[in-house]
Amino acid sequence: MSAETLVSQLKRGLDAPICLTWELTYACNLQCVHCLSSSGQRDPRELSTAQAKAVIDELRDLQVFYINIGGGEPMIRRDFFDIIGHSIHNSIGVKFSTNGAYIDTDSARRLAAMDYLDIQISLDGTDAATNDAVRGAGSFDTAITAMENLRRANFGEFKISVVVTRHNVAQLDEFKSLADSYGAQLRITRLRPAGRGADTWHELHPTADQQVEIYRWLLAHGENVLTGDSFFHLNALGEPLPGLNLCGAGRVVCLIDPVGDVYACPFVLHDEFRAGSVLDPGGFTKVWRESTLFTSLREPESAGACASCGSYDACQGGCMAAKFFTGLPLDGPDPECVSGHGEELLSARTSSGIATAPKPTSNHSRPVSLTRKPARA
Amino acid sequence: MALTLQSACSLSPQVALRPEPFGALAYHYGNRRLVFLKHPDMVSVVKSLSDHPTIAATFDACGIANERRPSFLAALENLTKSEIISVG
Ligand code: SF4
Ligand code: SF4
Repeated sequence: MSAETLVSQLKRGLDAPICLTWELTYACNLQCVHCLSSSGQRDPRELSTAQAKAVIDELRDLQVFYINIGGGEPMIRRDFFDIIGHSIHNSIGVKFSTNGAYIDTDSARRLAAMDYLDIQISLDGTDAATNDAVRGAGSFDTAITAMENLRRANFGEFKISVVVTRHNVAQLDEFKSLADSYGAQLRITRLRPAGRGADTWHELHPTADQQVEIYRWLLAHGENVLTGDSFFHLNALGEPLPGLNLCGAGRVVCLIDPVGDVYACPFVLHDEFRAGSVLDPGGFTKVWRESTLFTSLREPESAGACASCGSYDACQGGCMAAKFFTGLPLDGPDPECVSGHGEELLSARTSSGIATAPKPTSNHSRPVSLTRKPARA
Repeated sequence: MALTLQSACSLSPQVALRPEPFGALAYHYGNRRLVFLKHPDMVSVVKSLSDHPTIAATFDACGIANERRPSFLAALENLTKSEIISVG
């Protein structure tokens, strides 16, 4: 069977997801300007420990091999170790993303003692100024302290996870050296206009020239750098980057949010891409296999305005989430289309005044108080 | 080391197979590699490798016709690289 038929098989969906992200909480100690889930405050409807464990039992029966845990800051949950322990005990490997704030010497030791556990420390700059501009004051030092703690605890190879922006593209080599110096693996992913990122994307996303720079860099370093296959829109530039060249939303990818809602992918937290809830009768399995949304995402898609482009096979029209939250049609070019078609569409929309992009529906950002609260008496 | 029809192989104990419409997904819990077994016959071969002394005997048992053996052997060779199966 050729690779092409495999991709078409994958597009028709799998019996269970390959890449399942589970955001354990919307609570976070940080308020990154590009947060895909607009996290900050805990949602009072957050799944309980028992509910979370029931979801894990279901994923075990579906033979999900590993889950990507995120948030919010997942380690904020008091039952964090209980939940990941339950998962690992049931042969579901855990890879979790954290800003590192709760990886002190004790928890680093605890984490180092667990098998089938991967940790991704989020870092968006190789210096405090670049990183903290996006992730908040002090967050660079926090991440470095966490990395030091993991090293001292002999955790082994953790991952440093970078969202590539206009301001850190030039640091790719430095990120690689930083990762190497910790014996860590570098992971770089594409910035999508999701969550609070929908508001900041226009200022933060890499320029057209930088896209080419990222592509060249990945061709040169791709073997040792993880990308979550997130840069496939760059394949239209030439030789394809390693990885699956498709939008996996609802086909091989999905998201469970902190309250148990199931979305097509972590970057589409919007009612339109909500397939159901793990708390519905039939649970996650029914949502994955039978929901109207996921069924429709598995039908052959139309290339729309991309149909006449010779690069469609290489780039597949790019990322659905990026189109959706910039207000572009889903069956057309990606806003970062390397031939510039996305930008043309975006500027045409802005100048004609119809530039209304959908807003993410779930927002857990902490309220910003404009006036100082009176000091408590 | 190139794999031959006379090599003896077995599925790594750290690998889980999940049936899928196209064949199966194989996941190695140690090196975290996820590999696609792109044909149901490939799945039967991989599963029964350790029941037979050689790859040729496994192919016989799974009814893999001669003309398909080179591509199956190449696929097995790739699986040794990702440590899904091991020699010996
Ligand atoms: S027009 Fe569409 S298919 Fe062509 S490069 Fe742009 S996004 Fe990709
Ligand atoms: S919508 Fe974008 S981020 Fe989500 S799975 Fe598709 S390509 Fe990936």
